[in-house]
Amino acid sequence: MPAPQKAAKAPAKTIISFENITKRYGKVVAVDNVSLTIEEGEFFSLLGPSGCGKTTLLRMLAGFETPTEGRILIDGQDVSEIPPNKRPVNMVFQSYAVFPHMTVAQNVAYGLKVDGVGAKECAERVEEALALVKLEGYGPRKPDQLSGGQRQRVALARALVKRPRVLLLDEPLSALDAKLREQMRSELTQLQDKVGITFIMVTHDQDEALAMACRCAVMNRGLLQQVATPSDLYEFPNSRFVADFIGQVNLFEGQLAVDEPDHAVIDSAEVGVPIYLDHGVTGATGSTVWAAIRPEKIEIYKRIDGADMIKMEDAPQGHNVVAGTITHLAYLGSETVFDVTLETGRSVKVVRSNLTRWDQEDFSWDEPVWLSWHACSPAMLTA
Amino acid sequence: MTKRPKQAAPGPLEYLRRWPLQAWLVMVTVFLYAPLLTLMAFSFNDSKRNIVWKGFTLKYYEKVLQNESLLTAFGNSLTIAAICTLVSVILGAMTALLLWRFRFGGKTVLDGAMALPIVVPEICMGVAMLVFFAKVMPWPGGLPWPLNLGAIIISHISFSFPFVAVVVRARMASFNRELEEAAKDLGAGEWMTIRDVIIPHMQPSLVAGALLAFTLSLDDFVITFFTSGPDTVTFPVKVYSMVRFSVTPEVNAASTILIVLTVILTALALRFQGTDAVAGGHAPDPKA
Ligand SMILES: Nc1ncnc2c1ncn2[C@@H]1O[C@H](COP(=O)(O)OP(=O)(O)O)[C@@H](O)[C@H]1O
Ligand SMILES: [Mg+2]
Repeated sequence: MPAPQKAAKAPAKTIISFENITKRYGKVVAVDNVSLTIEEGEFFSLLGPSGCGKTTLLRMLAGFETPTEGRILIDGQDVSEIPPNKRPVNMVFQSYAVFPHMTVAQNVAYGLKVDGVGAKECAERVEEALALVKLEGYGPRKPDQLSGGQRQRVALARALVKRPRVLLLDEPLSALDAKLREQMRSELTQLQDKVGITFIMVTHDQDEALAMACRCAVMNRGLLQQVATPSDLYEFPNSRFVADFIGQVNLFEGQLAVDEPDHAVIDSAEVGVPIYLDHGVTGATGSTVWAAIRPEKIEIYKRIDGADMIKMEDAPQGHNVVAGTITHLAYLGSETVFDVTLETGRSVKVVRSNLTRWDQEDFSWDEPVWLSWHACSPAMLTA
Repeated sequence: MTKRPKQAAPGPLEYLRRWPLQAWLVMVTVFLYAPLLTLMAFSFNDSKRNIVWKGFTLKYYEKVLQNESLLTAFGNSLTIAAICTLVSVILGAMTALLLWRFRFGGKTVLDGAMALPIVVPEICMGVAMLVFFAKVMPWPGGLPWPLNLGAIIISHISFSFPFVAVVVRARMASFNRELEEAAKDLGAGEWMTIRDVIIPHMQPSLVAGALLAFTLSLDDFVITFFTSGPDTVTFPVKVYSMVRFSVTPEVNAASTILIVLTVILTALALRFQGTDAVAGGHAPDPKA
C-alpha cells in the first residue's frame, strides 16, 4: 500500500526496544506480548483508551514495574537488572510529583545533587533548565505558589536537567485546562526539537498524539495494534479498532467481490451499492472485509426526485454513489456535519467544509441527497 | 451611600451574635478553663487552706523550689518524658513507615495490634507492666540516675509510640506515591528517598506525635504508679502522695509550673512547625 512517509528528522538509530514484553497482574494481562522499537531523537507517542496498558509499558521502561516476560533494551543494553535510579531515562509524572517542601530551584537541582554534581555546575544547569521551560526567576518559589502549568514545567526542567537519553511523559497535558493544553502541545514539540532528546509520551487523546508525535503506537487491551506516523494511522489504519479510535469513520461490512491487481470491489449490503477501490488488495475473494471511509471524504449532493444517479468519474457506473436522506445536520462554523440515512437504513456520517460564505447548496433536514466518494477513499480492513 | 444602622439585627450567618451561641461559648470557656484558672489563682493564695482568698503571695513557689523531693520528681518526669518522646517518635515513625511501605504476611494483624495499647484500659497496662518487670525482666535496683528510671521509660515508650505510629500512618495516607518514584527516577536510592521526600512529608505528624508522646508521658499516673519505686518518683506520683495529706497551695504552685511549661513547649513546637500541625498537617493538594 503506498504510504506517503513523513521525513524522519534523525537518522534511524534504535534507542529503545521492547522485546515480547508481557505484564500480568494476577489474571489481568496489562501488556500483552508487545514488541516495539523507538528511534533516537523521535517524539514517540503511546496512544490508546484508558486501561489499555500504556502507563504500565512506560513504567516498565522507567523501572518501576518488572515485565513478566520479555526484555527491554536501552541503547542495546538489557535493563532488566537495572533499578529505576540507575536508568538513563527520566519521567514527568502524571501528577507532576514536584517535591512540595523544596523550592523550584531545589526541585530542579535534586537529580544533580544526587549525582554529586558540583555546586557551581549545578547552579548553572538549573538556570539553563529553568530558562528552557521559560521559568527564569522562579527558582526561589515554592511549588504551592505556582499554577498547574508552571508545576508541570518544573517537572519537565527537573527531568531534562539530568540530560536523559529518553524523557518519559505520562499524560502530560491531561491535568491542564483546554487553552493551556493547546499551548503546551506546541511548546512541548518545540522543546523536544530544541533539546533533541527522545520523548515518549503516553496519552489517551488521539488529537494530542496526532498533533505532537513523529510516530504513534496504538494500543488496545494490552495489545499493540499499529505503529505508524500520524497520517498513516489516519489514512491507512490496519484494523477497525485503529480506524475507529483515530478520528471518525464510517465502517461498512461487506464481502470482497473482485480483487484485481489494479482495482477491487466490495459488495456491502449495508451500503446497497458496490464499493470500488482503485487499487489491488490482499484478501481472499468472498471473505468478510470492512470498508472504512472518513466522513470528510464523502461528498454530498442534492438529489432531485426522478433524476438519474450521478456518476463518479473514477468508478464504474453505479459504484461509490448512493442515495440517502439527511436525518440530522449540525452547522459547526468551519464545517457542517450530516447524518445521512441510506435506503438500506444504515446511517452515514458526512463532513462538509464550509468553503464559501454563501452556500449555494443550502442543505436542510429531511432532504434527499446523493453521497459519493472517490475510488481512492475507502480503506479496506480485514480485521 | 446608605447609612448602616448602628446595631443591625444579626445576619443569617452571624451566629456569634445570637444569644444561644454566646451562652454556649461561655459554657465552653468555663468548663475548659475555670478549673485550671482556679488552680493557678489559688497557687498565689496566702492561706494554708484552699477555700478563701487571703491575699497574694509567692511563698508557695519558694516552698516548691526548696522542696527537694518534689524537684527530684519533677526532674525525673522531664527526663522520662524527653527520652520517651525521642524513642517513641523514632519507633513510631519506623513502625508507620513499615506498615505503609511494605506488604507482608500479618500486616493487617500488626496494623490492628498497633492500636491495642491505645484501647487497653490504662489500669490493665499498669498491672501488665508491674507483672512484666517483676517476673520477666526485673529492672535492677540501685542503678545510678537516670538508668534507675529505665523501667518507667520502657513502660512509657510502650504506650506512647503507638500513638505516634497512628498519627504518622494517618499522615502517610495523603502521600503521593509518585513523589517517591520521582525521587528514585532522579537517581535517589532507598535511604535518600526516605530522607529527602518521605520524612519531609511526615514532619508535621512527627511533631504532633512528639507532642503527644511528651504530654502522655509527663502526666501519666496510673501506669507509672505500678512501675515506680521509692527512689523513682515522678511528678504526678509525688503530687498524688502530697494530696493524700492535703491539697496545699504548694501542690497548686507545682501544678501551675507544669501547666505553664507544657503550654510553652506546645506553643514552641507549633510555632517551629508553622500552622501545618495545627491544621492536621495537610499541605494543600497540588492536584486540587
Ligand atoms: N499495580 C497494579 N495492580 C493490578 N492491576 C494493575 C496495576 N497497574 C495497572 N493495572 C491494570 O493494568 C491495566 C492497564 O493499566 P494502565 O497501564 O494503567 O492503563 P492506561 O495507562 O493505558 O490507562 C488496567 O486494567 C489496570 O487495571
Ligand atoms: Mg495511564
